Amino acid sequence: MKGSPLALGAAALALVVAAAPVEARDLTVVSWGGAYQDAQREAIFEPYMKETGRKLVEDSWNGGIGALRAKAEGPPTWDVIQVEADELVLGCEEGILAPLDWQKLGGREKYLPEAVHECGVGTIVWATVLAYDGDRFGDDPPKSWADFFDTEKYPGKRALRKGPRQALEFALMADGVPLDRIYQVLATPEGIERAFAKLESIKDDLVWWEAGAQPPQLLAAGEVVMTSAYNGRITAANKSEGRNFRIAWEAGYVYQIDSWVILANSDKKEEAMDFIAFASRPDRQAALAALIPYGPTRVDAAELIPTEIVADIPGTPPNKAYGLFFDRDFWVEHVEELTERFNAWAAQ
Amino acid sequence: MAAGAAARDLAREVRITGRRRRLAAFALTLPLLAFLLVFFVLPILGMLRLAVSNTEMAEALPASTRAFRAWTGGGPPPPELVDRFARELVEARAARRLARFAKRLNYERTGYRTLILKTARRLARMEPPFDLATLAAIDRRWAEPAVWAAIRRAAQPWTDLYVLAVLDLARDAEGRIVPVPPERAVYLDILARTFRIALVVTLACLALGYPLAYALAHLPERHANLLMIGVLLPFWTSLLVRTAAWIVILQREGPLNELLRWLGLIDAPLELVFRRPAVYVAMTHVLLPFMVLPVYSVMRTIHPSYVRAALSLGATPWTAFRRVYLPLSLPGVTAGALLVFILALGYYITPALVGGASDQMISYFVAFYTLQTINWGMAAALGSLLLIATLALYLLFARLVGVERLRFG
Repeated sequence: MKGSPLALGAAALALVVAAAPVEARDLTVVSWGGAYQDAQREAIFEPYMKETGRKLVEDSWNGGIGALRAKAEGPPTWDVIQVEADELVLGCEEGILAPLDWQKLGGREKYLPEAVHECGVGTIVWATVLAYDGDRFGDDPPKSWADFFDTEKYPGKRALRKGPRQALEFALMADGVPLDRIYQVLATPEGIERAFAKLESIKDDLVWWEAGAQPPQLLAAGEVVMTSAYNGRITAANKSEGRNFRIAWEAGYVYQIDSWVILANSDKKEEAMDFIAFASRPDRQAALAALIPYGPTRVDAAELIPTEIVADIPGTPPNKAYGLFFDRDFWVEHVEELTERFNAWAAQ
Repeated sequence: MAAGAAARDLAREVRITGRRRRLAAFALTLPLLAFLLVFFVLPILGMLRLAVSNTEMAEALPASTRAFRAWTGGGPPPPELVDRFARELVEARAARRLARFAKRLNYERTGYRTLILKTARRLARMEPPFDLATLAAIDRRWAEPAVWAAIRRAAQPWTDLYVLAVLDLARDAEGRIVPVPPERAVYLDILARTFRIALVVTLACLALGYPLAYALAHLPERHANLLMIGVLLPFWTSLLVRTAAWIVILQREGPLNELLRWLGLIDAPLELVFRRPAVYVAMTHVLLPFMVLPVYSVMRTIHPSYVRAALSLGATPWTAFRRVYLPLSLPGVTAGALLVFILALGYYITPALVGGASDQMISYFVAFYTLQTINWGMAAALGSLLLIATLALYLLFARLVGVERLRFG
């Protein structure tokens, strides 16, 4: 490289001067990393920077109310975060999340009712579904949770997520409880008895998975003939590994909503609100759904989603009618008692 | 005289030098001691404290907490206590301090969390003063003494709630300690299961590790080195990779079942993974080096002439092994067994991935309470239970076998 030391020094100085304004913090958006955040970058983050001319810094996290508490007590470093339902409810009650300006978001009525919260707006709908290997069953694949519990018609092992959450909901669906009455039934001692009795009927054929990566692997290895699974994992396995896994949407599924929130100690609440409003636009939600199979939370985003994708996502027609919204309040309150119960049952 | 004085001077100097040397040696260990204190002793003390800590109500409702501590309990609370409590509920809700207290009260009885949040929400729209009838109109549980007894327990500076819970005990409405209903009594079972799994894994490691260590100690160097690499290889592989490998090997259409079928030993594939045997196999594999290394290093120090002497005195090879070699190698065996056993007690990832729902060990539940439900009291109480049970076992071991019989090499 040619150039006098003086020129080099001047260049270095210029760099330092140019870099100085960057020290003022940019809006920091925190999501879940991996393929999901890659999709968000393409559908939301980059278009946002392009359209507004503002800067945005990304970070990733793995959830946990403890992490939110720590960030809320320190100096502001995170502004906008994508959280799960538990963190939304607890964080809002504890005052570590700021209330949102629903005017800027276009009004509450534009969203699914479950996506509306004082401190958060839903961003995606994801689901725990009944999945199976399409190559295994001919023209008579399982169509209901009753089929999942029918080991005579469909012999072989089946897998559920370890613990009471969703397992009890699915057991009641299989036992004929309509979707809108599942949590009412589960709130009674008889309902809990009923759900465990249903699980008991196939106890020897049940395998319990722990991590979201396991269900597609269990299906691929032939370890189980059907399983509960996160819908995104099933579609991803079909895409990346050429599998023929299918989701029995009509059997009923449990869906959850992740939300955008703003930390109460953020010093960029205005800008954060603008970002969330941008990310919640129907065209941005539809763009994200086209990249990764999670459903939009805005009612008016559904029609913008390409038809070949719409069958793969939860929360919008045609799959909307089969969904049960995961009752976060019920589970925050009952999870410890029912987990103890589940483990006592499993050890019998 | 002069010689005596010189001898005394010399003795003193030796003493001083010795003391200085000991001091220097002590000073060298200081960084380690400080490290242990900060990263080991203090966190453990903190954990023990968390298991009995009861500060949620004091943080959310300080004035009511003092009043409830003064109240002797039994029957309905006095009207001024009810009023103060209700007013403070409204204040705490406005200041967003109520959530942790509501969650704490839910540990006393499922359902109290929504009771508190709902009551505070409704009271915020009413005018004080509040009385018992107002509360009972919001929810009839307020008319029962049980909820007031629960709040009184939550107001105390310390609680035995979590410690009792991990022993499958609870307090009833009158404050007596009673066993929890059988469908919730899980923790003693899980503790016993944890110790059983650790014991089986230790025995399996011993059965596999002892002959292996013997071979390592007696083979020519070249072969021994190769074997040693085989022993150490798992050490250099990620725990998760090893665990995942066992899932692949043991699964229904995995290589092991294929092999057995090819050999004609079985017709239908065996159910190996997501069962207890898979936990034993995977944990034994992971922990085997911890058995082999101490046994091997002790065996290396056993001179071959001892066994030769026994043989030349007419002992059969078996007697020579049993009476001479085995006792000499025992310190390594006890060290290895203790090491494997204590490491196995804390296992979490391996049983979580290769075991079924009834193969989970105590650490799984510690992780459940810390990561999923954020119940530090239960997590700390379970951790303390494991710590105390392990210490008790170690003391028993020291009493029966003697710590001086322990040698790591």
